[in-house]
Amino acid sequence: MQIGGRPIAARKRMNDQEKLEHGQRERRDFLNCLGSALACSVTASIAGTVGSGADARPAEAATTDASPKPAIPGYDWGQHQWAFGVDADKCIGCLRCVEACKKENNVPLDAHHFRTWVERYVTLEGEEKARIDSQADPVNIAASGSEGEYRFADRYRGEKVEQAFFVPKLCNHCTHPACVQVCPTGATYKTEDGVVVIDHAYCIGCQYCVQACPYGARYFNEHKGVTDKCTWCYHRITKGLPPACVEVCPVGARIFGDRNDKQSAISQFIQNNRVSVLRPETGNAPNVFYVGINKDVS
Amino acid sequence: MEPLVESFPFTGYVYPNETMIPWTVLIVVYPYLTGLVAGAFTISSLYQVFGFSQLRPVAHFALLVSLSCMVIVPVPLLLHLGRPERAFNAMITPHTTSAFAIFSYAAAFYVILLVLETWFVFRPYIVQTASMEEGPFRWVYRFATLGSNDLSENALNYDRKWLFALAIIGIPGAHGLHGYVGFVFGSLKSREWWSSDLMPAIFLFSAIISGTALVIVLYVLSCKLRRTKVDLPCLKVMAYSLWGFMMFTLLLEGVEFASLVYRGREGIDVIMSFVKGPLLVPFFILQFGLGSVLPLLVITFLVWRGMPGRALVPAITCSACLVLLAVLMMRYNVVIGGQEIAKTGKGLLAYQPPIFGREGLLAAGCVLVLPFILLSILVRFLPPWPEADAVLARRAP
Repeated sequence: MQIGGRPIAARKRMNDQEKLEHGQRERRDFLNCLGSALACSVTASIAGTVGSGADARPAEAATTDASPKPAIPGYDWGQHQWAFGVDADKCIGCLRCVEACKKENNVPLDAHHFRTWVERYVTLEGEEKARIDSQADPVNIAASGSEGEYRFADRYRGEKVEQAFFVPKLCNHCTHPACVQVCPTGATYKTEDGVVVIDHAYCIGCQYCVQACPYGARYFNEHKGVTDKCTWCYHRITKGLPPACVEVCPVGARIFGDRNDKQSAISQFIQNNRVSVLRPETGNAPNVFYVGINKDVS
Repeated sequence: MEPLVESFPFTGYVYPNETMIPWTVLIVVYPYLTGLVAGAFTISSLYQVFGFSQLRPVAHFALLVSLSCMVIVPVPLLLHLGRPERAFNAMITPHTTSAFAIFSYAAAFYVILLVLETWFVFRPYIVQTASMEEGPFRWVYRFATLGSNDLSENALNYDRKWLFALAIIGIPGAHGLHGYVGFVFGSLKSREWWSSDLMPAIFLFSAIISGTALVIVLYVLSCKLRRTKVDLPCLKVMAYSLWGFMMFTLLLEGVEFASLVYRGREGIDVIMSFVKGPLLVPFFILQFGLGSVLPLLVITFLVWRGMPGRALVPAITCSACLVLLAVLMMRYNVVIGGQEIAKTGKGLLAYQPPIFGREGLLAAGCVLVLPFILLSILVRFLPPWPEADAVLARRAP
């Protein structure tokens, strides 16, 4: 019997052949799709890795639009861009900021853990390089009588001082923070409002971030087993309060505010002064702006 | 009770938070162990992939050395972590921009690869022993066969194909793992002593020489313990390999140090005072002189004289011991030395490793011994020596 001029057996064979070819084509298509998908994902991951290395702006990957907003009543982190200013011309080295910070943030009361500290630069007559110390220097600790109390010893009495000034230091909350880049778990990250914070409940305590920070701003808290650093008192600024160090500074050497507000103290400070940042060559783009420092400060 | 905070004295100006050294002797042990893994695997691969048949007496042994070290590699890291119970956070939510985040994946992959390769290498032995062994260990061997009892020529050819493929994957795997360890240090811009593009290559070549040296020392030691003769052609090939890779290592280290000094960036004064002062003995005398130049001269002399005489075995073994010391010192000088130079570029810290405690010398020493304890157990279960096959053949019914 013939249908359409072909024997049924031949037609059946043809159908089987077509089914087989169709099946093979489907498998080929599927494998092609799978191959393409794999190639795309590998390319994307390589591009991501290479890009993150070459672009030197990997920290941005940590802050995406999908980042969950903090549940702080009345606070929208998309509305602020915090920054910090230091007017070294005003600082008198009273160290009230260091004391306030330690108390506010439960920083261990010893000479090896600081969220903020103050450096003293003294250039004596006839000397080219400044002599530098901080409140954590053994001579200054001896003068204060305790590691939990802070004072600069009068160690240059009788010397001919050519230049002397104090420089408060703290985390620079960099735009491209090296610490965020190296954190293996993402426990340290940059918030939408420009603050670099650490999730103490997620940090594994590897201290890679401590190594990566060129400013020595991070320390390891042995009691908690995690890394810690300045957060610009995030718990305060999100409630409309200034950081503790800014609040207690008696001379206004520390300036804090929102760069989105052009009339804020920090916007005015940056606008009205020729500000500089520490170690700009690192590419970290710090957000602590200095006035009144010289070449010795880094 | 040990003090929780261990601070170190300093000269010049260092940042207040820098008086604590973040990475201690445990982090010296970590790259040292990964280096031994890569080096021992290289020796094994020279036989498996590149057909260096003279290395047959140590090829399987080198694989076991590599496996023993690799299993212990995460231990110093876990001991060092402030919150080791959260270590898997790096695997669950790896931060893709972090060099460290890759480690857990790379290490896990490499352990699996080594276990697979070991299984394929020793499958014939496991299958035969499972059928002959009496007592409780018979069940261990039976389990280790994983139900694959076929020892026909066809099956063994299939094994060989797998072995070749695994070794091919393992070469970039092992070397990539160690190059990556160099990248962990070299990519940090905060420390001038570490920040070098050559760091991964230096770590890699020093890894190969340390692993080769370890296989030499352990092989000679095992021959003494087993009261068998050292296979001289095998030892010679390993000595040649050691010599060749040492040339590369020394060259790279020299170029790296020269470019650091020649660039003379900010802080070079402090680095030079460090190199001429505290680093004089560990760097110039122990690492460079005693550990690198002396064994290189000894092996060069042996190569020049065509490896003659009765002194060959002790000379090569002693040279290998010195190379092991040199690479350990290199790791110490990089990891600890980099942290002794303050980030300020204006001061130096003096690290004094504590003896006791979690980050002490005793703990680090115990971690360093662990691979050898593991190895001594492994070689009893899976004898890697060529004569083991002969023994098995005699015992076969």
